Amino acid sequence: MKALTLSSISQNPGRLKPTPAQLAKLGRAVLLPLIAISLFLFLWYNAAKLIDTSLGQFPGPAEVWEQSTNLVTEHQQERQREVAFVARQEVRNAQILARNPEADVQIRPYTGKPTFIDQVGTSLITVLSGFLLASLIAIPLGILIGLNESVYTAVNPLIQLFKPVSPLAWLPLVTMVVSAVYVSDDPAFSKSFITSMLTVLLCCLWPTVINTAVGVSNVSKDLLNVSQVLRLPVLTHVFKIIVPASLPLMFTGLRLSLGIAWMVLIAAEMLAQSPGLGKFVWDEFQNGSSNSLGRIMVAVLVIGFIGFLLDRSMLFLQRSVSWDKSAVLR
Amino acid sequence: MNRRQVFKGLIFTPLALAMTLAGCGKEAPKEASTPAAEMAAPVTAGTIGPAEKPDLKFGFIKLTDMAPLAVAYEKRFFEDEGLYVTLEAQANWKVLLDRVIDGQLDGAHMLAGQPLGATIGFGTKADIITAFSMDLNGNGITVSNAVWEDMKKHIPMGSDGKPVHPIKADYLKPVVEAYKKAGKPFKMGMVFPVSTHNYELRYWLAAGGIHPGYYAPDKGDTSGQIKADALLSVTPPPQMPATMEAGTIHGYCVGEPWNQQAVFKGIGVPVITDYEIWKNNPEKVFGVSQAWADKNPNTHIRVVKAMIRAAKWLDENNNANRPEAVNILSKPNYVGADEAVIANSMTGTFEYEKGDKRAVPDFNVFFRHNATYPYYSDAVWYLSQMRRWGQIAEAKPDSWYMDMAKKVYRPDIYAQAAQALIAEGKMSATDFPNFVTETGFKPPQSEFIDNITFDGSKPNAYLEQFKIGLKGSAKP
Repeated sequence: MKALTLSSISQNPGRLKPTPAQLAKLGRAVLLPLIAISLFLFLWYNAAKLIDTSLGQFPGPAEVWEQSTNLVTEHQQERQREVAFVARQEVRNAQILARNPEADVQIRPYTGKPTFIDQVGTSLITVLSGFLLASLIAIPLGILIGLNESVYTAVNPLIQLFKPVSPLAWLPLVTMVVSAVYVSDDPAFSKSFITSMLTVLLCCLWPTVINTAVGVSNVSKDLLNVSQVLRLPVLTHVFKIIVPASLPLMFTGLRLSLGIAWMVLIAAEMLAQSPGLGKFVWDEFQNGSSNSLGRIMVAVLVIGFIGFLLDRSMLFLQRSVSWDKSAVLR
Repeated sequence: MNRRQVFKGLIFTPLALAMTLAGCGKEAPKEASTPAAEMAAPVTAGTIGPAEKPDLKFGFIKLTDMAPLAVAYEKRFFEDEGLYVTLEAQANWKVLLDRVIDGQLDGAHMLAGQPLGATIGFGTKADIITAFSMDLNGNGITVSNAVWEDMKKHIPMGSDGKPVHPIKADYLKPVVEAYKKAGKPFKMGMVFPVSTHNYELRYWLAAGGIHPGYYAPDKGDTSGQIKADALLSVTPPPQMPATMEAGTIHGYCVGEPWNQQAVFKGIGVPVITDYEIWKNNPEKVFGVSQAWADKNPNTHIRVVKAMIRAAKWLDENNNANRPEAVNILSKPNYVGADEAVIANSMTGTFEYEKGDKRAVPDFNVFFRHNATYPYYSDAVWYLSQMRRWGQIAEAKPDSWYMDMAKKVYRPDIYAQAAQALIAEGKMSATDFPNFVTETGFKPPQSEFIDNITFDGSKPNAYLEQFKIGLKGSAKP
């Protein structure tokens, strides 16, 4: 029985009407998660009512919904204030030009606060830059380690030493180095962005290195023999034999790394003061208002949702790159 | 974000062009060496040149006394000076100071002791100066419910059945003794080693006979707990209510809204405000690095001008604008606490025990009583307390105190800003001290909780008057 996919429908339009078996499968795929989520919401709503401390009540689903609409409204209000800000500048510039038509005037960037949605954007940019840079370092390193037994023996203790280090332990050192080294009168990136990015890099490097090394060292003997027989040059050997064969494990490493990168970023932003989701959570905690816990919960859910999306994107990438179409990829 | 990067490139060239075109900087001549004469150097109207750096980023901590910054932004006083300011909340005082030092922030809302501590090298060493005092008073000391119940037995009650204020630490002393006998350490929190809260808490404890501990930085001991009856440690303000609820600390000294938060949530009782410990004490200042100030003199003066106007607005018409200020501060990007919590202290009442609301009209003073003028004597008081508790490891002559105060506190820059405002007609000369005669030293003050008189010109003699505290060349 063929799966009901878009391609199968286009090849055979008569098959548009699903069979009962296919309906059941689809139903299961949609209904089961829905039931689980509804159950979870019900439990959350009741548990939240029970957790009422002197420091505040645990936010329930209703509160979280209310706060998320507030955040969207605030974003829209801020965009309006930005429009007014630019309008004021235009008036001022017109006055300056009226007095002196030769004067240099410009519209300065908006000075207001970054809204929740801006902060989500900043976090995404930071995590993707940190992850990409980390992957550029980790994949070649992993391949090198996997190919050569002696390099592996030499480098393994160092990897195991640095792997468990928490981002918050790296942060003061990274901040110091960035402050001393990244000195410029007109920087393209802010120091807090570089600090967060480097911290993410240092922490999310390791799963990719290890998994790539394992993948490379486990390439099937048959394939290695083929390469020897054909006397392939090193680079061809790497790109045509090693990389495609170790892709599954490499991608496992990349997915793990991305997950860790996202987690680490939130912690790093809290202290590096990069204007992202981590800072949002920390600022709300400092506010201590009656809305704060609800807003933090919104941030928690958004962080989780974005993590889920990132993981799914990696999975999609893996599916499109992998040569073994029959492999099961979850 | 992308726009910002593009504009930065666009700004750099025209800014350089504008600077060369404009050309004029401040023309205040430096004359005689006496402080009064230096500050009296006249500035003719309109000679403050355009800002060298119009795009600025200032940091602050989420406390109600960052109000002058918020008001200067929201009421567009910064924009009037041609400054485009972004205000950014910081995680804690250490991160704030580090970011000012390494240039990520152009300036910040700072504790009055931070520029002094940084310049003398207690903590990260850096040259920080201040030309603007942001407010007076504004702190309180809160104890946990359990400690309050024990204290209440010793506090005399007034005829109305309520405790007689001010509540001295003498009534806390039996409680601390009881804890010591039971082998439990009596712990209290304050916000930073060189914070006003640390010195006020220590002053109050010492006046009641409780030893708050010494520092010994030359021996590497910066815990401040040598010989202590009460163990003081650093806790960030937002974590104080939770930490006290958990029993890790039994009390804390912090600014608002964290004392009123404790009352609202029923987890503690404020016992005294710093207004009662030292009437009209200096609290926060606006600090910038010396290097930044030297590079951007016009910008600095313009910033001070905008903030003077903001401070005046806050105290105008007998605090008539305070409710609007409370509304601004309750926004999540400023202080963010609930309006009701902020409103108390900002509008002149303070709730001690739940239901015991008293009028403290000068709980927060932003402009009255020359609150914005950076007095040398204020700097000397902080330096004297640093010596009293050992943060300054050796005895220093009175002249050292004077030199440090003059290096860090800059009333000359303040005077230029004030005179520019007077010349523009935005403020009048009566709003400010008489710049010709002002020496920067307040007359001797005695409105302290222990009635000891403070004369800013004689710090070593002042230190001799205390029962608890290092004197002369004593070491902890």
